[in-house]
Amino acid sequence: MKSFRYLRAHSVEEATAAHAGRPGSRYLGGGTNLVDLMKMGVERPRTLIDVSGLPLDAVEELPDGSVRAGAAVRNSDLAAHPLVRDRYPVLAQALLSGASGQLRNAATTGGNLLQRTRCPYFQDLAKPCNKREPGTGCGAREGVHRDHAVLGHSPQCIATHPSDMAVALAALDAQVELHGAHGRRTVPAADFHRLPGDRPDLDTEIAPGELITGVRLPAATAGLPSAYRKARDRASYAFALASVAVVLDVDGSLVRDVRIAFGGLAHRPWRALRAERALVGGPVTEEAFGRAVDAELAAAEPLPDNAFKVPLARGIACDVLRRLSTAPTAA
Amino acid sequence: MGADVFHSEVPLTVNGEARRPTVDHRSTLLDVLREQLGLTGAKKGCDHGQCGACTVLVDGRRVNSCLLLAVSLEGREVITVEGLAPAGGDLHPLQRAFVDRDAFQCGYCTPGQICSAVGAIAEARAGRASHVTDPAADVGAPVELTRDEIRERLSGNICRCGAYPHIVEAVEDVTR
Amino acid sequence: MPDTTSALGAPTERREGPAKVTGAARYAAEHLPGGLAHAWPVPATIARGEVASVDDTAALAVPGVVGVLTHLNAPRLGEADDATLAVLQDARVPHRGWYVALVVADTLEAAREGAAAVTVTYAEEPHDVTLDAASPAAYVPEDPDGNPDEHTRGNPDEAFAAAPVRVDVTYEVPPLHNHPMEPHAATARWEEGRLTVHDSSQGATAVRQTLASLFKLPEEQITVVSEHVGGGFGSKGTPRPHVVLASMAARETGRPVKLALPRRHLAAVVGHRSPTVQRLRLGAEADGTLTTLIHEVTSHTSRVKEFVETGAAVSRVMYPSPHARTGNRVLPLDVPSPSWMRAPGEAPGMYALESAMDELAVALGLDPVELRLRNDTRTEPDTGKPFSSRHLAECLREGARRFGWAERDPRPRSRAEGPVLIGSGVAAATYPVLVSPSRASAHAYPDGGYVIRVNATDIGTGARTVLAQVAADALGVPVDRVRTEVGSTDLPAAPLAGGSSGTASWGWAVHEACTRLARRLAGQLGQQLPPEGVGASADTEGTPDTNYAESEYARHAFGAHFAEVGVDAVSGEVRVRRLLGVFAAGHILNARTARSQFIGAMTMGLGMALTEHSTMDKAFGDFAESDLASYHVPVNADVPAMEAHWIDEDDPHLNPMGSKGIGEIGIVGTAAAIGNAVHHATGVRLRELPITPDKLVTAL
Repeated sequence: MKSFRYLRAHSVEEATAAHAGRPGSRYLGGGTNLVDLMKMGVERPRTLIDVSGLPLDAVEELPDGSVRAGAAVRNSDLAAHPLVRDRYPVLAQALLSGASGQLRNAATTGGNLLQRTRCPYFQDLAKPCNKREPGTGCGAREGVHRDHAVLGHSPQCIATHPSDMAVALAALDAQVELHGAHGRRTVPAADFHRLPGDRPDLDTEIAPGELITGVRLPAATAGLPSAYRKARDRASYAFALASVAVVLDVDGSLVRDVRIAFGGLAHRPWRALRAERALVGGPVTEEAFGRAVDAELAAAEPLPDNAFKVPLARGIACDVLRRLSTAPTAA
Repeated sequence: MGADVFHSEVPLTVNGEARRPTVDHRSTLLDVLREQLGLTGAKKGCDHGQCGACTVLVDGRRVNSCLLLAVSLEGREVITVEGLAPAGGDLHPLQRAFVDRDAFQCGYCTPGQICSAVGAIAEARAGRASHVTDPAADVGAPVELTRDEIRERLSGNICRCGAYPHIVEAVEDVTR
Repeated sequence: MPDTTSALGAPTERREGPAKVTGAARYAAEHLPGGLAHAWPVPATIARGEVASVDDTAALAVPGVVGVLTHLNAPRLGEADDATLAVLQDARVPHRGWYVALVVADTLEAAREGAAAVTVTYAEEPHDVTLDAASPAAYVPEDPDGNPDEHTRGNPDEAFAAAPVRVDVTYEVPPLHNHPMEPHAATARWEEGRLTVHDSSQGATAVRQTLASLFKLPEEQITVVSEHVGGGFGSKGTPRPHVVLASMAARETGRPVKLALPRRHLAAVVGHRSPTVQRLRLGAEADGTLTTLIHEVTSHTSRVKEFVETGAAVSRVMYPSPHARTGNRVLPLDVPSPSWMRAPGEAPGMYALESAMDELAVALGLDPVELRLRNDTRTEPDTGKPFSSRHLAECLREGARRFGWAERDPRPRSRAEGPVLIGSGVAAATYPVLVSPSRASAHAYPDGGYVIRVNATDIGTGARTVLAQVAADALGVPVDRVRTEVGSTDLPAAPLAGGSSGTASWGWAVHEACTRLARRLAGQLGQQLPPEGVGASADTEGTPDTNYAESEYARHAFGAHFAEVGVDAVSGEVRVRRLLGVFAAGHILNARTARSQFIGAMTMGLGMALTEHSTMDKAFGDFAESDLASYHVPVNADVPAMEAHWIDEDDPHLNPMGSKGIGEIGIVGTAAAIGNAVHHATGVRLRELPITPDKLVTAL
């Protein structure tokens, strides 16, 4: 790790201006992934701009009934907030299924979205990785890839996005608020992360120097029955082999609306639009759930050692759909 | 070593004592504690937030000190395992319970386990749910630390000696 | 039975407990001598070849870097018995991760930056890292007695062909890593030609011998201290490269040097459990009596060191059969050197044997506890020697009673709670009784206190405590009057904490020294002791009693594991619900610390069964899972209600304490019990560890 300058930003504008003026800058949130990557030499900032103390640490209800969580809100605080626990249980569950109590106390909302893949080839500077160093190749495709993508991967990259939180945000139709030199904008959480294509070095739609200032949880998905399920190699403190976030609105025996997102299967949280379309307006039956999820996973292109992810994802998705559809109606 | 573009003086409190180390910006809290302040209670097991041996309390919350840059901690209050019990006084109840239950063997994860348990108990009292808490539980009501709750909440602290059942018993000793 | 006033057997509290829970206990990297420099090693990034060039210009330009050692400028070392300790001696790269340079700097940050700035080029050669049991390069090594490690009785192949009931199966255990919580570390300093090293080691005596040979010094000029050690599980059993590098760097720079290995380096440089491919053939009569047992194990080793994971050895001990062939083969590859990992040989070997026994029980339609009882024996099958004691049957019966085995419906997939399939399984355990010669001293002082000195190592077993108990009984004094000094080569020389033999070896010498001291004191009854005290010492070297190889008895500990698992039929996730072990390991010397050792080893066995594995990357030649995020050591949430019980054995053919080793037997058989429970729960027999969702979800 090379020496770097350290600046503490006191406002969003100060942070983005500092970033614009200093090539090689990185924003520092909780540091749980950035410092990790700096130690490995994957990230080599010349300046760290500490944004963890910005006044972006509130979770609040907005007049339109949506909920806004600041980018500096710690994962544990977001999971514990009454507005989140009451209205968006899938988000609280996703957060609490990730990492450890210590990491959640440090990791921020913004940083969680920006965490990098845990692909071992990405993390090892002595190995090829198109994400870390475009044009060097992909070590994982012909190598160890049990944990890698089955959906939406490209010849250049088969990495998965490791976040649990982002999967819930994608399913909730959340928006990501960005602030850059050219002003503010919002991007749907489901579109915030990219597929690798021929630019696997770009994880997200964020522009250079843009800062995540918060996420907006829409009123439309507030209070709907929702849940998160994660399958993993050990009972806790492990990344997902596959996970699913489901927000289900049932009207009697029919699906009024449904949102499904998978984690651990792709370079981004995988919003299962095809499955959702197949379910909306249809019957609430296990057969319908299975058919819809199968339709979504038909697009899977597993690699030799990760074909298991398809039946695994199918199983947990159908299980959560069934549980949500049979649970006593939530408030 | 003085402050320059790559080093800063960081005023902070460690175990109740005001300190002003000058730190390399690259130094983590863990390395400053161990190499500069001589507080080797917090352990380096993985240096990447994957084992929990470095757990300390910052402003009362448990965190992995190996991933916290010391330079970012101006004005913060750090408690390490050395600061849990009053100086010259008895062991902290959790420390006593760990000894009673033989909740360790090699002892290398132990300071992190104990600091983590202090944090976890406070979190449960504050009504914070865990992955295994019933989602239908009252929001904000203190969470009862059942064995499953303790196991989940302390899963960020790896013990290779496999003292987990005794660690759970030790935590129960101070929470029941 | 021990009398109730004896110190041995009591659940005496761990002596170093308060120091460990307050952070006061100092480990090898926690000494801060003045002028301390920090070192960071540079691992090779090829699997086979030679270093062609090293450019350290950029590294030396890093502020704070004081030196870069490579094979081009490192001092020549003396002879190393272990080739992995010949660090920076030549350009050869025998495996990826082999150290090719060491950067020394004023600070840890500068050392890390410097290491990243060293540019090494290589002349790369094609490599082979694939364990293929059919490879013609695999060979039968010598066993410890110098004979081929393949033993045959009768005509095993013919007997197998003729057996009424047969099982012919192959099991695979992946590479496993010790990963003690304290990474290997050493702090070394030279003062006027004297070398002092704080090392994270399981045995400082051997470290000193090795350093003396490498640095061509008399042993008296070296002190190695291993006061507190953050676990080892075999990986610190002999010196590892870090202690040589730290000592070398300290001498070259003239400063104290600290080297704590980064966690990600460990998989390549401190040893691992070799993967094994194990073919098991069991032939039995319809009543379950084994007629033939063929256990063939292939493991890998590196190009620089032969290490054999002797899995077949357990099949020479467990069950009698007129016909048997038990063989270990090893295949040298361009892989990191494997080494000891808790119960080396026994842990993977018993996984295979005890899984095959379960398969045989299913084939016979016989209860698996009953099958084992029907194949119990009083003599060791391979040698014909009588066991000094063997209470396997008692462990099985006691475990079955405590576990509620009688209520088990033997049909697979017969019990479920919602989507969770529940099953239970059993497996036996065994571990040999080992002992090595040791020295110790005992002193009595005028204040009524006693001090025991022995260079034992407390890697977490509670050696200080149990040795005080041994001494207290031998002296006939309360245990709190006895102080123990361990963990330094300034103390009487002693063997390592390994092979579950530490307490027996050290304790024997302590017992001897205390017995002599007690005799001396008895002769001075009523006299005031001199201020320097009265002492006695002992050395068990050459004692015929400690030479088990020549003994007429076979000595082994035995045990039985019972596991109940829940398998999520949707995800294939397996969680252990209950784990119960019953062990017969001589006299248990400290009930409190013994329980910790048993459940700790069972936990590692749980990891072996369900969560732990690494993958040899064929293209790059390293282990893909090299950190603790990807190599899954069990966490607290993985470990359920766990019980360890024991049957106290009165075996007159052991050491003066009557104990067998207990540090390893807990891991032996655990994985089989859990795997057998998964089969019972699901009807699916997986023969490759660990049993993770990827394997199960496609099989359910």
